[in-house]
Amino acid sequence: MVDPMTKYSGFSLFKHALKHHEDWQKTWRSPRPKKSYDVIIVGGGGHGLATAYYLAKEHGITNVAVLEKGYLGGGNTARNTTIVRSNYLWDESSKLYDHALDLWYGLSQELNYNVMFSARGVLNLGHNLQDMRDIERRVNANRLNGIDAAVLNTQEVKEIVPIINDSADIRYPILGASWQKTGGVARHDAVAWGFARGADQLGVELIQQCEVTDIVVEQGAVTGVQTNQGFIGAKKVGCVTAGNSGVVAAMAGIRLPVESHPLQALVSEPIKPIIDTVVMSNAVHAYVSQSDKGDLVIGAGIDAYNGYGQRGSMHIIEHTLSAICELFPMFSRVRMNRTWGGIVDTCPDACPIISKTSVNGLYFNCGWGTGGFKATPGSGHVFAHTVAHDDPHPLAAPFSIDRFNTGHLIDEHGAAGVAH
Amino acid sequence: MLHIYCPYCEEMREEEEFSYSGEAHIVRPKDPESLTDDQWGDYLFFRTNPRGLHHEMWHHSAGCRRYFNVTRDTRTYLIYETYKIGEKPTVTGEKS
Repeated sequence: MVDPMTKYSGFSLFKHALKHHEDWQKTWRSPRPKKSYDVIIVGGGGHGLATAYYLAKEHGITNVAVLEKGYLGGGNTARNTTIVRSNYLWDESSKLYDHALDLWYGLSQELNYNVMFSARGVLNLGHNLQDMRDIERRVNANRLNGIDAAVLNTQEVKEIVPIINDSADIRYPILGASWQKTGGVARHDAVAWGFARGADQLGVELIQQCEVTDIVVEQGAVTGVQTNQGFIGAKKVGCVTAGNSGVVAAMAGIRLPVESHPLQALVSEPIKPIIDTVVMSNAVHAYVSQSDKGDLVIGAGIDAYNGYGQRGSMHIIEHTLSAICELFPMFSRVRMNRTWGGIVDTCPDACPIISKTSVNGLYFNCGWGTGGFKATPGSGHVFAHTVAHDDPHPLAAPFSIDRFNTGHLIDEHGAAGVAH
Repeated sequence: MLHIYCPYCEEMREEEEFSYSGEAHIVRPKDPESLTDDQWGDYLFFRTNPRGLHHEMWHHSAGCRRYFNVTRDTRTYLIYETYKIGEKPTVTGEKS
């Protein structure tokens, strides 16, 4: 039985303060796995937990387990740069990401968990005439799809980010930008924890330290998974395992058109508030925002080679920081605290795979590559529909794995303003 | 930063001199028009992407500008061997 959830509120905070905060209800249970479930979700990151939450909430499927080999939200959910936006070029992807953005707006209330979504706006800089043409094309496409977008000139960029270097004689001068005012950042851990708590309350069982070692397929249909805690049966299995998706797919004997790469990011020491929006640049390949703690959160590009090592090469960091220092000369003396890498599963067309597979009852949600965080609620929402109905959600249908053989790709390389 | 031995220059050089060119030993179909959509899609887009030993092509783009192959572990990034185009890898199977 699930104890009724303690609602987080000012009042509950006050009430627990009187008891020295010593008897807060656990945020979620840690049950032993049952013999079988209706649905098993492999991977307890943001997307997997969101999938479980929406399965229970919207489709009434509560006999669900989320199996996580480490701890909840410990993979790419903990390693991204938390940027949320939806200004993608093509209809299919802009609709998918804008669906996610709509969900971000009510998410803290929906989950009764503060995911600290902050709509502080996202700038994508243009540094040459072709960049600006691409930006105008993308902004026009966005507006036709009902997405908030505008083209700014150098002066307007400078007004939003006064510390940016707007000199005309730098190597990559800022000629303008696209501006999505409704985008921003969210607190990555809170997103995973909020969905975990919400799913747990609806009856979903979250099982950590449970590594799937094999997917059992009989007569073309999935029957369960082998784990380090024994066999667990399931009518349906949804895999949301990001960088390890290819490895998990191989367990079921299927292949995915994804390649796994390290994607690095870094944070500086905390400094006073200096930048209150998100600045991204495709040409120099860097992006920066400032967290509520005060650290500058900086993202790099992927390392070109395949890798599962959750680390990358130093020269990628150097290139990114040289770009950041050109855009923001005043950051040149800021010390960097930590760098890390996450393993991203990139698709040939830089769009995700949200799909049924050739195995009955086996579904994959993967290939989000460098930009999955922003989609977390939308990804879970459409994938839950796909799993529940054994039929893709209308927004997910174009993202079928079949597109790599039919040729109907959704080429978002570069078109999206930058990587993430 | 990887240190890579270029089999043509016969020297260890830093990763920045090289560019990565993906999985090695992929043979372009001689008669593409006879392939089915599935076969053509597989050739274009589906790679082995192993968690472990990977045979991959690198280009010595700031050096001799020649392509060669590398056997590398994608978990540890350890390079076991580099060899010229046309040669076969000597390190295969499981390594850790």
